[in-house]
Amino acid sequence: MKIHQPASFADASAIAAGASGITRYLAGGTDVLVQLRSDLVTPDDLIDVKKIEGVSDITKNQDGSWTIGVAVTGAEMTEHAELCQDWPGLVEAMDLIGSTQVQGRATLVGNLCNGSPAADSVPGQVAAGVSVTVIGPKGERTIKVEDMPTGPGRTVLEKGDIVTAVNVPARGDNAGDAYLRFIPRTEMDIAVVGCGVNLRLDGDTITEARVSLGAVAPTVLLVQEAADAIIGTTLGDEALDALAKAAEAACNPIDDKRGTIEFRVEVAGVLAKRAAKIAYARAKGEAV
Amino acid sequence: MSKIHVTTKVNGDEVEFLCDPRETVLDVLRDHLNLTGAKEGCGTGDCGACSVTVDGRLVCSCLMLGAEAEGKEIATVEGIADGEELHPLQKKFIEYAALQCGICTPGILVAAKNLLEREPDPTEEQVRYWLAGNLCRCTGYDKIIRAVMDTAAEMREAS
Repeated sequence: MKIHQPASFADASAIAAGASGITRYLAGGTDVLVQLRSDLVTPDDLIDVKKIEGVSDITKNQDGSWTIGVAVTGAEMTEHAELCQDWPGLVEAMDLIGSTQVQGRATLVGNLCNGSPAADSVPGQVAAGVSVTVIGPKGERTIKVEDMPTGPGRTVLEKGDIVTAVNVPARGDNAGDAYLRFIPRTEMDIAVVGCGVNLRLDGDTITEARVSLGAVAPTVLLVQEAADAIIGTTLGDEALDALAKAAEAACNPIDDKRGTIEFRVEVAGVLAKRAAKIAYARAKGEAV
Repeated sequence: MSKIHVTTKVNGDEVEFLCDPRETVLDVLRDHLNLTGAKEGCGTGDCGACSVTVDGRLVCSCLMLGAEAEGKEIATVEGIADGEELHPLQKKFIEYAALQCGICTPGILVAAKNLLEREPDPTEEQVRYWLAGNLCRCTGYDKIIRAVMDTAAEMREAS
């Protein structure tokens, strides 16, 4: 295994594009090193991206949007008061991953590119409308987070592609997001179901919404029917029931030791309701 | 396979080592630098027995490559005591018998010290969540949590 520490994304992309064996990028390493140490994946070329300028920066842009560097850790996001104020759901989704120690290294992009359907930050990113900037042999492009995973452990990224930044939209007024997951323990576990909700209000009425689900299908889902169930409503009981029904209908989960199909489907509906209520309260400016 | 030359600081002392690209910071500490305080429990970032701080940030040393340590400042359990004088956390762990087999203890001391540096007056809930990534199979955690809470109280009084 050869370790590369390029000084630019162009160099990193060129190394990956020219590599003949297995290539992995190293940011926080909380997945890559586990795979390496357990001999699941032994890269021939390991490309450490942390020497590239700006990768650890969290930047609020002039239009209110955010650019998060690819090596920014969960702990750095949680400690960023203004980011937490704008996007509490996104930050709490990231913060649910692993322990304090893992938070000291783990990154949004690593969580996304690892391709787990149960990745906690990914439904948070999808609900928030996050996209990533990618450069590769074909040039630069922007990919919506919901379009990244193609199946467990797989993404749309091709040889030589590398994510260079995470783009979080401007929060804007009267809006809020939330993420909830179910695990059998209280901490340090993998989601059985995860749900992200992001919405905007005009008065008491929801005008925009995005609802995402994790761990209930081969990829994280953006569920338009669930969003449609609450848009135009004030999130009354009828709307909440319609939301739950739409979330349940979108599920295509596996049966495993963490949860049965029936359990995951039901919990998806319950979490969608609860996350929507939190996002709604946040959009109203209530502390949740 | 060519070795990588790394210069870093461990517990305030500048050190140099040559490591294999696959070796972790934990391997380097234990096998090259003879600092065997950090333990390998799981090797996959679940148990926290290998906890160290890197530039003040708590991490699992089993999940960081030695090559990544270049130019960093690493702190391990060996740096917690001041010579023969134990750190208040270490004294309280003895007083409360907050350890049995001791494998998890170095990681827990490093993690707890890092918490108290950030939050001198933590709630019990904060301590429990902060230490959730440090597994102990002997004590049932209660004595560990009480030792950390009491240390925090004592250090607040002393300062």
